[in-house]
Amino acid sequence: MVLEFKPQGIYCPAGDFFIDPWKPVDRALITHGHADHSRWGMKRYLATEAATPVIKHRLGDINIETIRYGEPRQIGSAKVSFLPAGHVPGSAQIRVEVAGEVWVASGDYKTVDYGLSEPFEPVQCHAFITESTFGLPVFKWDRQEDVIAALNTWWQANRDAGKFSIIGAYALGKAQRILANVDTSIGPILTHGAIENTNAVLRAQGLPLPPTIRVTADTNIKDHAGALVIATPSAMNGPWARKFGAASTAFASGWMAMRGVRRRRAADRGFVMSDHADWEGLNSAIKATGAERVFVTHGYTAQFSRWLSEQGYDAAVVETEFEGESLDQPEPDVVE
Amino acid sequence: MKRFAQLFTALDQTTKTNAKVAALAAYLKDAPDTDKLWTIALLSGRRPKRGVTTTLLREWAAETANIPLWLFEESYPIVGDLSETIALVLPPATRSSDRPLTAWIETVRDLGQYAPPDKKRIILEAWDSLPPIERFLFNKLITGGLRIGVSQKLMTRALAQATGIEEATLAHRLMGDWTPDTTTFDALILSENPEADASKPYPFYLAYQLEDLSMLGPPEDWRAEWKWDGIRGQLVIRRGTHHLWSRGEELITDRFPEFAVLPDFVPDGTVFDGEILAWDHAADRPQSFNALQPRIGRKTVPKKLLKEAPAMLYAYDLLEHQGQDIRNQPYDIRRKHLSELIATLPPEAPIRLSANQPFQDWDGLAALRETSRDRLAEGFMLKRADSPYLSGRKKGDWWKWKVDPLMIDAVMIYAQAGSGRRANLFTDFTFAVWNGNDLVPFTKAYSGLTDAEFRQITAWVKRNTVQKFGPVRQVTPEHVFEIAFEGIQKSPRHKSGVALRFPRMSRWRHDKPLQEANTLDDLKEMLEHYG
Repeated sequence: MVLEFKPQGIYCPAGDFFIDPWKPVDRALITHGHADHSRWGMKRYLATEAATPVIKHRLGDINIETIRYGEPRQIGSAKVSFLPAGHVPGSAQIRVEVAGEVWVASGDYKTVDYGLSEPFEPVQCHAFITESTFGLPVFKWDRQEDVIAALNTWWQANRDAGKFSIIGAYALGKAQRILANVDTSIGPILTHGAIENTNAVLRAQGLPLPPTIRVTADTNIKDHAGALVIATPSAMNGPWARKFGAASTAFASGWMAMRGVRRRRAADRGFVMSDHADWEGLNSAIKATGAERVFVTHGYTAQFSRWLSEQGYDAAVVETEFEGESLDQPEPDVVE
Repeated sequence: MKRFAQLFTALDQTTKTNAKVAALAAYLKDAPDTDKLWTIALLSGRRPKRGVTTTLLREWAAETANIPLWLFEESYPIVGDLSETIALVLPPATRSSDRPLTAWIETVRDLGQYAPPDKKRIILEAWDSLPPIERFLFNKLITGGLRIGVSQKLMTRALAQATGIEEATLAHRLMGDWTPDTTTFDALILSENPEADASKPYPFYLAYQLEDLSMLGPPEDWRAEWKWDGIRGQLVIRRGTHHLWSRGEELITDRFPEFAVLPDFVPDGTVFDGEILAWDHAADRPQSFNALQPRIGRKTVPKKLLKEAPAMLYAYDLLEHQGQDIRNQPYDIRRKHLSELIATLPPEAPIRLSANQPFQDWDGLAALRETSRDRLAEGFMLKRADSPYLSGRKKGDWWKWKVDPLMIDAVMIYAQAGSGRRANLFTDFTFAVWNGNDLVPFTKAYSGLTDAEFRQITAWVKRNTVQKFGPVRQVTPEHVFEIAFEGIQKSPRHKSGVALRFPRMSRWRHDKPLQEANTLDDLKEMLEHYG
């Protein structure tokens, strides 16, 4: 096997390295900077140039090497390269070739190009390791233009009513996707500290983001009436969000496609926006790899692998500690 | 349907009561009358008769979405709602439609007349001409159960805003056995003297649980009734007929044929409020709620059950007397009329007076309350002597004063994800008590924790799953919860031999070590005592 599934993570015996391990190992290849894929305690890290600043920001002083997209690298007897996964800026699928057999660990991915992340590239392989966060046919994303238009309308109506618009979004990826697309002429944009820290890292590496104002203990909220406030999901129900007083609340997440989840979060609005592939995206991505074997990691694994088996793939479920898109998982750097 | 979908979206997008009422009031002002009437009907639990089975809907949806049926079935519990699941899996509509709500309801209502292939054609055409939200609503019209976070109370308030008619008056006009096919918006809502409907009940007056006895003031202003554990019912006797309504405004006359004799004894123009109980005629006292339970869901009652659990109306209030609505008269006066009326009835009439419990002071009453379980009561109802009969749940004049629940500390052993609002959180748990070194499951519980606690336990369940059985996960026995419940009975169907009434998690006992949870013997002792 080119890659094996071990208690520490996805392992390549030919190169003696792990991909996105969840337990400390000597050598870790990291697909992207989200906390469930990029963890503390590895002796050596390898990630794309574009992913590395955020990983360093989150994990602190680590021993990390960088690699360019498409750059071939020999590790032991394995030939390794990183290809864009379209999930968040710098995110990669990791292609591992051993003696002519190619496996791809895709981490998290999104197949539609919305301009912020390097667009997903299908990679020909024999075996493909896929997520299935939204691996059910009920998940179909609307066009981003429509979602953004609805978001702008919501913000504008709240501004006109003298209210803040607080939206919960992941600090890495979703927050910037909103920033890069929203109509900034409507009003000022305030950000939660955890999001602004990530913004600073991404701006420093050249990502064009509109101006934002970090909310601190000294921020006089009244100076920014009608602002769009971007918060981490976990800050949405706490004292941090309450200080904005009269406000309309929303979440931006793929889970918002389900009315039950939206109601449970007790937010006024749910914008269906995900950095993961939807049902069509997962199926088309897998098809494009030409792979015969598919390993399904996190998400609706049992259902999605059964579906793939019926489509003629040699599919199996692999237990991992990846989380996918979760509304309930606090992000590591939320506490300031 | 577009205007109705707009209303639905407006209601769905806010959690604020005032915004909901405003949206609904605006709709009830400007929608066509037939759509208004149907909206009121839908929001008060009325719906067109179902003309197609959900089994067929699932098959057609899976087929149209080009997915296997099993995948549809797997998606359904995750979405938690059949109508929504169908709306989500279908491909986008290729047509559009401007038909109003009432026209779609007529389509749904008439489905029953067609053979399956025609039903299928009609439904597939509908799915293909409606955008997602309207498609979801169309499915809801077929399957029923459109819950959009608007209670009948809020709907009545909005209708009052839209029409300028008083809320209490509207609440009464909306009661009873009407459907949009039997009335009009004008006749039902706007007409000053709606043609008297022999079956029309009054809105029930509901009480809150008493928090603090000291707020009530002098005991002589109050009356106490035992709070019986049966089915709240309103018995309407007019024009020689009788109609029995449940608190959920369901007409349950046929389920309790015992009351058919009452029009022979009780004068027309009489409406009782009381508790339906299974009666022990030999001892002339109520049986436990367990005896009544088999009768609740049955539309027709087998003879054996009629004999084992004969129904009795334990009357505690009189709302209509000699054809007059007397709800505004003081409690004491209504009760006087009630007891005088019941005194005239022969003993074979299945109706008794739920007597007042005399008491001198609150301490004396509190001591009596402790004997509730022995009397098969749930505690007391406290009613102000001069209180009118209000409509809906109101504070001030009536209070429930229930006995404290029974408690047991139990170990969580299985967890299952919730559905609907709680999909992708673990909310349904099975609990066990010790029997020697074994854990014996004895109850499930779903409620009582905060959202934050549910999130915390969900994260824990994911990391501590020992084994999966379909959607059920066996977890490491580690957490102890205090389970509160209202009653306990013998149950041969359960491994533990007991079944609990209204179990819920009252506390997460972080402080309690696993070994100190209660035992099966503790449960059996409770059964002995309270069963």
